[in-house]
Amino acid sequence: MKTIFPRSLQTTIIFLVVGGILALALGGFFSSASDSFGNSLISAQTWVSERYITIRDFFNAPNDIVSLQQRNAQLESEISGLQTQVIQLQQQLTDTQVLAALVDFSQSSPESVYKATSVIGRDPSPFLHYIIINSGSNDGIRRGMPVVTNQGLVGHIDAVIADAARVQLITDPASAVNVRLQNADTDALLAGSLTGDLALEMISQDLEVQEGDVILTSGLGGDYPPDLLVGQLFNLRKRDYELFQKASVQSAVDFSRLEIVLVIMNFKPVDIAPLIPVETP
Amino acid sequence: MKELVALPLLSLVLIVQLAIVSRIPVLGGYADLMLVTLAAWSLQDRVETSWHWAIFGGILVGWSSALPWFVPLLGYLLMVALSRLLVRRIWQAPLLALFVVVFLGSLIVHIASILILRLTGTSFLIADALSIITLPSLLVNLFLALPAFPILRDLAVWIYDIEDEL
Repeated sequence: MKTIFPRSLQTTIIFLVVGGILALALGGFFSSASDSFGNSLISAQTWVSERYITIRDFFNAPNDIVSLQQRNAQLESEISGLQTQVIQLQQQLTDTQVLAALVDFSQSSPESVYKATSVIGRDPSPFLHYIIINSGSNDGIRRGMPVVTNQGLVGHIDAVIADAARVQLITDPASAVNVRLQNADTDALLAGSLTGDLALEMISQDLEVQEGDVILTSGLGGDYPPDLLVGQLFNLRKRDYELFQKASVQSAVDFSRLEIVLVIMNFKPVDIAPLIPVETP
Repeated sequence: MKELVALPLLSLVLIVQLAIVSRIPVLGGYADLMLVTLAAWSLQDRVETSWHWAIFGGILVGWSSALPWFVPLLGYLLMVALSRLLVRRIWQAPLLALFVVVFLGSLIVHIASILILRLTGTSFLIADALSIITLPSLLVNLFLALPAFPILRDLAVWIYDIEDEL
């Protein structure tokens, strides 16, 4: 086929047409057409890209799950470690608070020398109210020494071995403590019981005592130093046909939650047994 | 030599009793782990050391308790005697025998404790002691006997190299 235009003219025309189109495009005359084209292209590319990412995730997902599970296990391990630390710190805080209260108490009674010790057990017999502490004769503990907390009287040392001692609580059914009623200024006898309740006995019928009266040790008998807080009087029972009034006592100490106690080291109990007259046949 | 496991085992039982079990009261009573252990051990087939265990356990508890030392020792020995008597007669029903031994053994130890406390001058009502302390303790002991029996059966199997037939 014979060409109408010479070859050089054809080339010139093609350049001019292409250049014109480019000039029109750059001048914004093809914007609607180029936008439509671009949008179509972007939509197609988005669709392809999404399919590709989906397929890539499908093949890469197991590795991610494994790494995530490892990371999760690591974090859970760290959390459990931190929780353990929190519990330990809370326990230390509780111990510190108890010790701070005991220090305050010992500072309020500077005449006494105290030894703080932990409660490590209770008597295996449910009929008795004794605790076991982890200080013994190696720490200077001796039989008969009074035991207190910052809240009040606990009991006295009943038996001692090298590194432990047994304390008879004032709630023990065999325990009897000479006490005085602070407001009435009279003496009475505090007795324990099987249930751990405290009862006040030997209150004279003539005395006017009231519920809420504070009860302190009297020091009589030489078992305990005077003026240790024991508790408060409540539930007074006065009957005309009885020789004495009776009352229940709300102890200042929570005996079910004893953890740290103080032994009064510089008190020596007095054994008054030789002074008690013995009947001769 | 395997029988010597009684020494650390009963010591561990005492520690758990003093440190944990005695701090978990049910009303006024709590479990006697030593009694339950000795009862479950003495009812095991072919066990020949239950008397030794009872003596050692009784001395341990008597040493740590404020009760006179012979009270738990006597109570545990009487319970083992009862157990050896029962194991020959109703050995086909070990759980029934276990309940009977734990029940009567607990009663023996508690009655011995009550008697000795009354004799030493401690003042309390026996009816209160039975209802507030003995009855809850009996229930807890019977409850604990259920897991104690298979544990000590496994121990007996290990010590005496016998086949586990149950």
